[in-house]
Order: sequence, then structure tokens, then C-alpha cells
Amino acid sequence: MTATIAPYRPPQQDGGDGFAPLLHAEWTKFRTLRGWVIAIVIAAAAIAVVGVLLPASGQSHCGSRSGAACLALVPTGPGGEAVNDSYYLAAQPLAGDGSITVRVTSLNGLISAGNGGFVGPNSPPPGTMRPGLVPWAKAGIIITGSTRPGSAYAAMMVTGSHGVRMQYDYTSDIAALPGPVSAASPRWLRLTRSGDVITGYDSADGRHWTEVAAVHLAGLAGTVRAGMFTTSPLDFTPNFPTYAEPGGSLSASVATGTFDDVDLRGGAPGGRWAGQNVGAIGANYAGPRIGLRQAGGRFTVTGSGDIGPVVAAGVNNIFITGTLADHLFGVFIGLLIMIVIAAMFITVEYRRGLIRTTLAASPRRGRLLAAKAVVIGLATFVLGSAAVAVAVIAGSRIAHDSGIYVLASGWPIEVRVILRTGAMLAVASVLALSIGAMLRRSVAAVAAVVVVIVLPYILGVSGVLPASASEWILRVTPAAGFAVEQSVPQYQQVVGHYGPPDYYPLAPWSGLAVLCVYAAVALGLAAWLLRRRDA
Amino acid sequence: MNQSMTHGRSQTMTIARHGLPLPAGTARTERALAGLPDALRAEWTKLRTAPGTAWILAAVCVLTIAVGAATAAATRCGGGTGCSIDPTKVSLTGIEAGQAVVAVLAVLVISDEYSTGMIAVTFTAMPRRWTVLAAKAVTLTSLVLAAAVVAVAGSLAAGRLILAGNGITAAYGFAVVSLAHGPTARAALGSVLYLALVGLLSLGIATIVRDSAAATGAVLGVLYVPPVIALFLGGEPTWQRWAERYTPMDAGLAILNTTGLRDLVISPWAGLGVLAGWAAAALLAAGLLLRLRDA
Repeated sequence: MTATIAPYRPPQQDGGDGFAPLLHAEWTKFRTLRGWVIAIVIAAAAIAVVGVLLPASGQSHCGSRSGAACLALVPTGPGGEAVNDSYYLAAQPLAGDGSITVRVTSLNGLISAGNGGFVGPNSPPPGTMRPGLVPWAKAGIIITGSTRPGSAYAAMMVTGSHGVRMQYDYTSDIAALPGPVSAASPRWLRLTRSGDVITGYDSADGRHWTEVAAVHLAGLAGTVRAGMFTTSPLDFTPNFPTYAEPGGSLSASVATGTFDDVDLRGGAPGGRWAGQNVGAIGANYAGPRIGLRQAGGRFTVTGSGDIGPVVAAGVNNIFITGTLADHLFGVFIGLLIMIVIAAMFITVEYRRGLIRTTLAASPRRGRLLAAKAVVIGLATFVLGSAAVAVAVIAGSRIAHDSGIYVLASGWPIEVRVILRTGAMLAVASVLALSIGAMLRRSVAAVAAVVVVIVLPYILGVSGVLPASASEWILRVTPAAGFAVEQSVPQYQQVVGHYGPPDYYPLAPWSGLAVLCVYAAVALGLAAWLLRRRDA
Repeated sequence: MNQSMTHGRSQTMTIARHGLPLPAGTARTERALAGLPDALRAEWTKLRTAPGTAWILAAVCVLTIAVGAATAAATRCGGGTGCSIDPTKVSLTGIEAGQAVVAVLAVLVISDEYSTGMIAVTFTAMPRRWTVLAAKAVTLTSLVLAAAVVAVAGSLAAGRLILAGNGITAAYGFAVVSLAHGPTARAALGSVLYLALVGLLSLGIATIVRDSAAATGAVLGVLYVPPVIALFLGGEPTWQRWAERYTPMDAGLAILNTTGLRDLVISPWAGLGVLAGWAAAALLAAGLLLRLRDA
């Protein structure tokens, strides 16, 4: 009689093969290595300390005041954002509903030759001026709540080289009729007010009108000012066209708009046009050039300045601005340390042969990699976010107290920057872990993650490359993820230096998405290799 | 491992052959150098027979040329004029990536021995630590130089072809990438030396740190972190200039510039000298620590 000996099969266990114990095991491995814990805490500390300390330098002064007191002088628009609001206005009061229609026959300008720098109350008078029109010189009609800088407004205007535009409340810009204005091809502009709604129209012949947009200006006063305005921002000629170096020469400029066929409806009977310089810029020109001249039905209005949002490194800023990105310098150093740890999180198992024990204990290799990714991702996200929170919140408060106007601050944007940056650190760490799993050797993995993640960032932001190459690098390499640091919007209607560290070529979430794609592909490849190869 | 043991024995024999007495004063030098040829052969055998070496050297060339070519391909100048593009520097951008691979090779030369315990055998066979370090430095440098020549030549050739295709040509006033052009030849020679010096700096740091992964992180941190710090010190021009003048990568890479030399914060050769100073300091510290510490 032969007895059949059944091979021993261990009873199926429910809990043993689950994901939670695997996570627990990986977490224990991570947390009990003192060197790693110290290193990752150093990484977080670097983010926080560098972000708080590095940008804090000196106090800004404005007249007899200094520090945060200066910021009271910064005009803010209806949306709460800092704005430039300087122009020459020829206006009449408009009580209730009405409309203003004009014909613009020319827009000319002068640019100061060799007179760089900002035009402020204390700057020297412009030297010899040469004829020239900056691209965003503006002349047109405006309906504004008041002449206090930062008031709600809507305007139709011809511009230096961007055709007819309708702009309102500083940040909004709508393109209308293209082409330059001249006596041969004048532009007719019209604004109508009905309650809080202002509608803009343009026309190339004065008979056929096109509605550009109808916009709602919240809280517009009952009596507003309607009139003609001209303004002209500083001329900016970049002399060092790399991505990161905001070098360039700034020159003062003025522009003159010529208007006729002026038709104001709803104004006081017999009202006359009163000229006034609005805002600080242009005040020093209060000589023969700036102002309103009227001959018969023809008006010439000459002004200087800009009406629009303040951007970081904008050419027309008259006070010191900062962004949340100023406080994220340390993120790069923290990232470097975190990705080295993340790569080593798996490579050290290969060096000591621990990987065989690990895989014997949990033979499902994809799950093992997933557990490691979750542990390193969560650890870097939590520590990274906390460190970024300290850097951003404390750093921007210190900057504010020393008189720097931090653009786009406030809780909602701060929270977004903190979470995005934490997520970027976590995703980069998962990418590094995947590279470590593919290469298996610490040295190769550490070098690879640095070359793949850190080096493109250096090449992209440091200005060693031509602008086109830098921009390309920050779009297609994992360094695109650094776009999460951008907290301020870019405005095409404001000339400025739109480059790192304040601006990136991709929007924050798109940049993070690029990094995520790299991480996902690398993680998939690593899982496939892990299953396919012997340990 | 046996190899080293054999050479250890022959080293003893070499000293015996030289015989005594030696003139006073030269004795130490004479004896220290006595073991060098054998140490060199030992290190050369180790490096030559390690499975990764050939791959790493190939990676130096491929990465340098590929990054340089990609950068050149992404370099455009809208109207053809008015861009301050330095064609040689653009072509050699890959050096910034290739140096990381050189660092890896340099780290492996010493850290691998620590991680496998081989270092104990090496020092048993060749107890003169300065000699071992010198032998490692010489073998490493000769391999890096060979790879760097290929990498730099390939980068310049690729850059020359690609930039011309993008309209960055002499017709628009850009210097053609050519070794007949003095500054370009200097940049080419200098970038070969730059990679060799990065190798020596890395060897020094790795000897100090010992652990391979930590050493790689430390070397790449020393290279890549200061440029970014300098970038963000824009508000503090004095500090920024200081950082750009005296940190290894920023100073050393000044050698790549062929245009706008008057605007450089440090002249090309002086910059390479700064890097050489870093490498020398690292090797000195490494040698002293090798003598002071147990393996």
C-alpha cells in the first residue's frame, strides 16, 4: 500500500500578504536608519532656514518712513493686487449712465536716450529724447471710479504695437482691432456705462461698430469720470537675452495721443475737459511735455506711466517687490538630499543582500516597490511641505516687515504653493527611487538622479544657456516640476522679465504633470525590471 | 586581489634593489616614489578589470556629447543677430552633465574598495598610503583625460554642425566652432583639464567620505549646489561675485567662455586654477586622513 504524501502547503493567510504590513516593514526600514532620518531632517531644515534667512536683507525706505510702513503707499486694484496706475487724464464727471466716443488719429512717443532707471519723483529730468513708441504705450478713453490710483476702471485704447485693446480693472486685457493708428487709418472708440456695466466698442470708420466686451465693475461709484487718457511705460531693451539674467536698459518714455470728434453723453451741460496727472510716474515731467492741449475740437494728451498689474521684475515697478518663490531657494538643496536618500532607499538593499530577504518575505515585487514609493513619497511630502510652509509663511512675513511688497500673497495661494512644492519633492523622490531600483547600485543611482533632476534645473535657471535652450529644458525635462514654485501670474500686457525664479515656461500644474509622467514611466519600468531580473 | 598581493611583494623587492645608503634628505622621497610604478600597475589592473569602467568612460562621452548636441539644437536666435550666443560654450554644455559621470568613476576608484573591504588588502600590500593615493590619482586622471578628449572633440564637432543648421553662423557674426580659433582651442583644452580636475576633486572627497553613495552625493553637492546659491544671491552682488569666483564649478567652467571675456568675474585660466586649488586641497586632506585613520 502506498501512501500518498501530500506536499505541505502553508495555509493561506489573510493578513500576511496584505499591503499594510509591507508598508509597515518599509516604514520601519526607513525610520530606523539614523543616517537617513538625520539627512532628511537636514533637507527639511535647509528648505526652511534658507527660505527664511537668505532673502531677508535690509530695510526699504520711503521718505521719512521705512519697512512695512512704505507698503501703505502701494496702490492696490479692485482685486487686491498691487497695480501701477499712472497716466494723464482729461476728463469730465459723468453722473449716472452715459457714453463717451472719440476718434484717435495718432499715437506718437518719445524715448529718453541713455537715461536709464525708474522715473520717480526724485529722478533727474529726462535728457534728450528721441522719437519712439514703446509697444504698450496707450492712448484712448477711460471710465474710472475716481482719480485715486487703484480705482476700478474700464478703458478702450490704441497701443504702440498691439492694436486696439479693451482693458479693465488692471489685470484684464482683450484684443480688438489690430494694426497701428494713423491719420490715414484712425480708430473710433466708444465706452458706454449702464449701471455697473461698461461696454466697449471700436470702429475703423465711425459708422460700423463692433462690441468688444461688456464688463461688470463691482462697486462703481454713482458719479464717475469719463475722458481721454495717455500713458507710456518704461522702454525696456534686454541686452543679455538669457533666460535668467534680467539685464537690460530702461529708459523713460512719454506718449502723445491725438483725439477729435469727442462726444460725451450724460455729462453735465457745458462741462469742460480738465487735465490731471494721475499717480506718481510722470509727475517729474510736469513741464511742457506732459499735459492736455486743446485746439478747436482737437485734443492732444501727453502722459507717462502705466495702468496695469505689478509683475515681479516688471520694468515699471516703483517699489521693491518679492514673490513666494523668493523663499523657496532652499527647495533645491532639500530636493538634492531627498532624491539621494530616495535612490539609496532601494540600492542599499542590493549592496547588503537585504533585498533577497525582503523579496523572500514579500515575493510580490510590484507591491514591494509600491510600498517603498508610498513610504518615501509620504515622508518627503510631509517633511517637505512642512519645511516649505515655514519658509513661505515666515519668509514672506519677514520680507513684508522689511518693506518688500510680496506679490500674490495670502492664504489660498500660500497653501497651494506649499502643497504643490511638497508634491514636487515627493514625486521627484519617487522618480529617484525608481531610478535606484533600475540601476541597483548606489553610486550610479545617485549620479543618475542628480543628472536627471538637478542638472536640468541648473542649466535651465542659471543663465549659462541661451534663452531658447533654457526654456526648452524647463519644459521637457523633470526640472519642469520646479514650475510649482511660481505663485504670480504672467501678464502679456505688462513688459517684464518673465524668467526663473519667479516665472517658468509651464504653468505650475503642467510642470508638475511633466515630472509625474517621468516618475510614472520610471516606476513602471522599475517594477517590470524588478519582476524580470533575479535579485 | 591576488594581483595586489603580488605587487606588494615586488614592491619590497624594488626597495631592496635600490639599496642603501641614500643621500640624506632625498631618502623619504626616494622611498615614497620607489613603490609608485608597482602601485600604478596594481591600480591600473584594478581599474582596467573592473566591469564598470569601460561603461562609465563611454557614458562620459555619450552624455557630454548628447547634452551638448541637444542644447545646440535648442539654441536659436530669432533674427540671426542681437543674440549673445557663445557657440563654443553652447557646444560644450555637456561638460556640466559629463562631470557627474567622471565623479562616479572617481568615487568608485576608492569607495568600492571600502565597501567590499578590499581596501584592507590594498593597504596590506602597499602600506604607503600616499603612494596608493597617488597611483589612484594618476590612473584615474589618465583614463579621464582619454575620455574627455573624445567627449570634447565630439561635442565641438556636433555643435559646429548643429549650430550652423540653426543659423548660428559666421554670416551673422558668430564665431565658427573651430580649433583654429584661439579661444575655442583654449576652451577645448581647458574643458579636458576641467574634467580631469573634477575627477581628482571627487577622488579626494570620496577618500574623505568613504561611503560610495554619500561620497557621490557630497561630490555632486559640492559641484552643483553653489551655482544655484550664487544665482539666488542676486540681491547681494558682492556675495554672488564671490560665489562665482571661488566655487569649483562656477570658477572652473569660466574656461568655456570664448565671448564676452571682459565681463567674466574670473578669467578662464584663473578659474581653472581655482578648481585645481579645490582638487589639491581635497587630495591633501584625503592623504592626511588616509594616514591618520584606520582603513
